Amino acid sequence: MASSSERNPPPFPASEKPEPGLSDMADGDSDSDEGADIFVSNSLPTSVSRGVSQPEEPADLFGQETPTAKPNRVYSDDDDLFAEAQADLSSDTPGNSARKDLSTSSGLPSARSPAALQPTSLEQLEEEEAKDCFDVDVAVTNPEKVGDGMNAYVAYKVSTRTSLPIFKSKVFSARRRFSDFLGLYEKLSAKQSLHGCIIPPPPEKSVVGMTKVKVGMDDPSSVEFVEKRRAALERYLQRIVAHPLLLQDPDVRDFLEREDLPRAVNTQALSGAGFLKMINRASDAVSKMTIKMNESDTWFEDKFQEVDTEEQQLRKLLAVVDSLVSHRKELCVNTAVFAKSMAMLGNSEDNTALSRALSQLAEVEDKMEQLHQEQAGTDFFIFAELLADYIRLLGAVRGCFDQRVRAWQRWQEAQSTLQKKREAEAKLLWANKPDKLQQAKEEINEWEAKVTQYERDFDRIGMTVRREVLRFEKEKAKDFKSQIIKYLEAMLQSQQRLVKFWEAFLPEAKAIA
Amino acid sequence: MSSLRSVSVDLNNDTSLLIDIPDALCERDKVKFTVHTKTTLSTFQKPDFSVPRQHEDFIWLHDALVETEDYAGLIIPPAPPKPDFEGPREKMHKLGEGESTMTKEEYTKMKQELEAEYLAVFKKTVQVHEVFLQRLSSHPVLSKDRNFQIFLEYDQDLSVRRKNAKEMFGGFFKNMVKSADEVLISGIKEVDDFFEQEKTFLLDYFSKIKDSTAKAEKMTRSHKNIADDYIHISATLNSICAEDSTPNKKRCNRNLSTHFWNLNLILFSFLFFNACLQKVEGRVASDQELKLTELLRYYMRDIQAAKDLLYRRARALVDYENSNKALDKARLKGKDIAQAEDHQRQCLQKFDKLSESAKKELTSFKGRRVVAFRKNLIEMAELEIKHAKNNVSLLQGCVDLLKTN
Repeated sequence: MASSSERNPPPFPASEKPEPGLSDMADGDSDSDEGADIFVSNSLPTSVSRGVSQPEEPADLFGQETPTAKPNRVYSDDDDLFAEAQADLSSDTPGNSARKDLSTSSGLPSARSPAALQPTSLEQLEEEEAKDCFDVDVAVTNPEKVGDGMNAYVAYKVSTRTSLPIFKSKVFSARRRFSDFLGLYEKLSAKQSLHGCIIPPPPEKSVVGMTKVKVGMDDPSSVEFVEKRRAALERYLQRIVAHPLLLQDPDVRDFLEREDLPRAVNTQALSGAGFLKMINRASDAVSKMTIKMNESDTWFEDKFQEVDTEEQQLRKLLAVVDSLVSHRKELCVNTAVFAKSMAMLGNSEDNTALSRALSQLAEVEDKMEQLHQEQAGTDFFIFAELLADYIRLLGAVRGCFDQRVRAWQRWQEAQSTLQKKREAEAKLLWANKPDKLQQAKEEINEWEAKVTQYERDFDRIGMTVRREVLRFEKEKAKDFKSQIIKYLEAMLQSQQRLVKFWEAFLPEAKAIA
Repeated sequence: MSSLRSVSVDLNNDTSLLIDIPDALCERDKVKFTVHTKTTLSTFQKPDFSVPRQHEDFIWLHDALVETEDYAGLIIPPAPPKPDFEGPREKMHKLGEGESTMTKEEYTKMKQELEAEYLAVFKKTVQVHEVFLQRLSSHPVLSKDRNFQIFLEYDQDLSVRRKNAKEMFGGFFKNMVKSADEVLISGIKEVDDFFEQEKTFLLDYFSKIKDSTAKAEKMTRSHKNIADDYIHISATLNSICAEDSTPNKKRCNRNLSTHFWNLNLILFSFLFFNACLQKVEGRVASDQELKLTELLRYYMRDIQAAKDLLYRRARALVDYENSNKALDKARLKGKDIAQAEDHQRQCLQKFDKLSESAKKELTSFKGRRVVAFRKNLIEMAELEIKHAKNNVSLLQGCVDLLKTN
């Protein structure tokens, strides 16, 4: 990412050295990256399918990648960082690869770690790398209602901070509305060059939510809706810029940089639960195709099954978490009501000390209500939204698999067309019609080229899918981990405050006489 | 169990009559309590004995005491409520119906949770019956009641007696006058400041505590719901983790399985945390239930008993006033004057005796209430602190585990 040269497209597997281990990014000379493609780990998928057990984790490369795990804020330098993952590509120069062993205790063998850079924990390691990183920071903030009535919309400020040369400046921002985000997704998913990539899906449209906002942005449910959307849009963008290919895409750059964007018009397809509907429809179309793909590589079948199962489980989990959120909100209400009732009882009480204690109890319960309120927020914004994001992302993953199948089908169809052309040529030879023969030969050449092309496309998309899935899984693990840590830490703080509240109350109770 | 018995406090510390319920059996719908008595009093045949009793026996005893004229000036301890297993039973039923929709682990966990709930209800009902008897045994007058002694000692089935009693007392008496309570009490022209204050206080306090009890119950139920949600979350996480280790996944993740970013490990830690949290939340719910809600509920009933006392006193006052009127009428007519004078004197006596007794009772009730509240609030605060500290160390452990991996 630090390279000033144009990035090379992912090389074909054939041209790849079967290099299992890849150098780590953030050694001191990350400036020396050659702008080569980070996805050199193309070698990885093939080695996996060959069943060769790799001692090294080349995908360590992606380990430092993204800030996708942080909703609601731009990531700070201390956290898992992004581009250094792509910064140093020494697959072309295996000789000077400084293979850093990123594992701490899991002991991935045979990695030469520069002694000076032997970290004691992953965080330390990441901090060091952070200092060398060339990054893209995006944030979505300042939702503002523009206009009035039913034509009103909310404009968000999209701020970017970057040191990458592909951008015109280092710090800039633009105002975007929701349909702009959807439009970006539409453009990206239509691109042939990005086929097989897991393109992060945007949050869903919500007619109900938006109507309330159009009417007025002040009531708590509208505020919550806008905040939910803002956070989701931020995560969406963060995931996009975390993806090395997408970051290079001109449409993405335009989205971040341009003052004005032409209105995206065709976003109806993405309304409501539209996104997943779209994916599912595509899946159905694929499964209805007559030529069933004969899978030479079970990796894809197995993976697809996994993704499907996982999506179902996350849905189930999300349903329970939603229930948790609503129960906690109920608890808030009930606690507040109880606190008031306690206060009244305290007033009624004729024993002075007891009366004071009961009033204090009422205050403690009030504080508890606030705690529960915050906890409900955490449950929702950290936990539930994480699950919702990944359910959508898994849908996108399924989409890639389908794209691969379609690529295969296109190749097969081209092959059968070629076959037909050859048969036609043979017929012409036998019938001895030299003029038509020429045309037939030309057509055969044309289709031979197509077959070769489509086969290449298919292989390439297969590589892309494999690579993307592995990257995705890393991302997912990191994301979940950091979100869960956040969730637990929020809970921890809440419980610590709880202890303080009750410890303050105890002497009051003891003072009753 | 002894830690649960703090709703009522014995201010006398008299050990001549000690009662407890060490044991109880649940047979279908009926609960059989074993009432155990230890006494130094000679009025009893043995110093240490036990009898089996049902809930209806307790009610019989309570009603017998209420109907005893001599005790009109006393606060009769509120009758224990009927054992109510309806809640957990209904949930158990629902669980059975939904068994097919959940995994085996989830079902087992929910079942365990329900069994714990059932046990909690059980413990609660034992406690409340026990407290009733202990209130009686610590009361200077009521502890000597004949019916009370029969209840404690009679080693045959009490149900025969109970049936007779019902016929004797009618059973409808209590309910009939309940609604007239408040009107009568508030309508009385009070000459005694003490009773004036008590009346105002008790009527107001009763409505407030009734409200608080209801709100506390709702709050506790919310906690229970959350605890249940954690069970479901644990179960789902469990099945995700199980899925992660299926052979399929193992093949694909061969290289990743040793990777320290294994999602499985992360989720597993989270699962572990969740399982513990669910236990703790469940315990918080039940402890809160026992301490605060039970306290409020008990004193709501106790204040109702105090109100009943005020009512009886008000009735006695009305009787006295009526007897005055009758005396005036008799004097006017010149007939049955002696009779009327007698009646009037009796009414006054009764009223005075009742008032005196009531004053004592209400004063000691105040003291008892304050002490019980104090004890309960302290215990509740201590429990909350304990649970929260447990949570803190649990959470800290989980966070550390995740961060260092």
